[in-house]
Amino acid sequence: MVVPDVSPSADTSTVPASPSHGQAGTAMIEFHNVVKSYQGGQPAVENLNLGIDAGKITVFVGPSGCGKTTSLRMINRMVEPTSGTITVGGRNVSTIAAPALRRSMGYVMQSAGLLPHRTVMDNVTTVLRLNRVPRVKARARAAELLDTVGLSSAMGKRYPNQLSGGQQQRVGVARALAADPPVLLMDEPFSAVDPVVRAELQQELLRLQRDLAKTIVFVTHDIDEATLLGDKVAVFATGGRVAQYAAPEEILRAPVDDFVASFVGRDRGFRHLSFHAGTGVPVHPAPSVTLDDGVTTAAGWALAVDAGNRPLGWLAPGSSEPLLPGGSLFHAGDSLRNALDAALSSPSGLGVAVDDGGRVAGVVKAPEVLAAIDAARVSQHNPETQR
Amino acid sequence: MEWFLANVPQVLSLTGSHLVQAVVPLVLSVIIAIPLAQLARLNKGLGAFILSVGSLLYTIPSLALFVILPGILGTKILDFANIVVALTIYAVALLVRSTLDALNSVDDGVRQAATAMGYKPFQRFLAVDLPLSVPVLFAGLRVISVSNISLVTVGALLGIPSLGFFFTDGLQRNFPTEILVGIVGTLVLAMLMDVVLVLLQRLLTPWLRTRPTTTAEVAA
Repeated sequence: MVVPDVSPSADTSTVPASPSHGQAGTAMIEFHNVVKSYQGGQPAVENLNLGIDAGKITVFVGPSGCGKTTSLRMINRMVEPTSGTITVGGRNVSTIAAPALRRSMGYVMQSAGLLPHRTVMDNVTTVLRLNRVPRVKARARAAELLDTVGLSSAMGKRYPNQLSGGQQQRVGVARALAADPPVLLMDEPFSAVDPVVRAELQQELLRLQRDLAKTIVFVTHDIDEATLLGDKVAVFATGGRVAQYAAPEEILRAPVDDFVASFVGRDRGFRHLSFHAGTGVPVHPAPSVTLDDGVTTAAGWALAVDAGNRPLGWLAPGSSEPLLPGGSLFHAGDSLRNALDAALSSPSGLGVAVDDGGRVAGVVKAPEVLAAIDAARVSQHNPETQR
Repeated sequence: MEWFLANVPQVLSLTGSHLVQAVVPLVLSVIIAIPLAQLARLNKGLGAFILSVGSLLYTIPSLALFVILPGILGTKILDFANIVVALTIYAVALLVRSTLDALNSVDDGVRQAATAMGYKPFQRFLAVDLPLSVPVLFAGLRVISVSNISLVTVGALLGIPSLGFFFTDGLQRNFPTEILVGIVGTLVLAMLMDVVLVLLQRLLTPWLRTRPTTTAEVAA
């Protein structure tokens, strides 16, 4: 979706839309020897040196108290560094007046941080109005943004307490995007919503980012979220030390030290499968039966499907009931992780593969998924086929 | 009742002066207490000082204050100004504390969000802190409004016109009906003021009238 720039020209000069000295892929935000210490305590950030790529999602991940949020907040001067410099688009942020700097960046926080006394519409137009964009123009832009984040413009009249947590977060994202800032700072934005909504919001963010290509700095303590969203992930250890800064596949495949390995967790081998397409897994014809037929008592496991060939559940060998709930589904185009999970979570041991319409395409078997994983591992270490 | 009906013009005129002497200090105290409370919030040492001065002022007996003030202000003993200034002092003394509580009741996350959006400090105070502190602020204001209405009657001892006149006059003439009219009038006035404040608060906090996850009501 094309999002036109409506921020007044006076303010676009604060942070250039792209780095003055290069194209996408070069650093938009840079930390140079940044230290943040509070009186009588361990330094929150010891000595941070980091370049954040323009137009990419960079995730700061780490345990509580590792300085990841402090580091994020130093970018828009919500926290001032004790020493060191931070540049955005080549400009030292300490030379830019804090309110102007903040208006030039989107900010999304945990629990959305919406102003409870303002309607959704007024929340979204906040930054535009601060930038003195005329009300009518700001409202038109806000209506467009509500649509972009998947909310009806009728929601504009509501107050934040009338929205669900997920809807509030969407409004938070719309508000951050309103002035079309090149940089988006996101401080654990999805950590207060339930897992189903969180997964939705994560996919929405990825979809938006494909269109908008903002420079996003995203803070989370959830390694799954980090590896899902990040083009690059910085794993923070206590004291604001960046233990590893790399693409998520690399962090899962080759953690640099014990800290990263333990933070990435026990399931990292399994998670790493997310980065391999499941196309190599053989799909076998499904032993499907329709309940309408009244057919049952097959010799082996039978997959019950509805008239539209969508899976309903499994019937144990030789039985017509009860219908056992199926496992996770392996959609066309999913990763090896989904394929393996489909097989392991199915009562029959056969993972149900479905096409884009949700119709049964066949079944996959765990041993064959493992074989495909082996094949993927071989190709990973063959430079010619490396992604 | 007959006495009341025969004296309606006097009752109304005294109610009018009573109202002026109670409402003007209320408005002035809001204007004075809000900046003081914000100062107290920003500077803890100054805050402690402001609050203790407030408590100290509140301990001065009202009659004494009414008598002293003309000397200090150079006003005549019967001027409304004495009552207005005295009640403003009491109201500010109470309201600084409620306003401080009110400002502290604003969620820090919301404050930070507003700052992160790019509000300048004073802009944020007017646009975010103040509106969100209205519910707690009005709780304090309602107490002060009632207390003002009752304190105004004390001025009658000096001859300053208010519904308190019916107390002193009724007592001198040993005429309980008149005293009763004074009491009922004062009570009705206090309740009416309270209703006005409640309505004003509802007007200022439209977001609190909405129930979660229902369609926004059309503002009446």
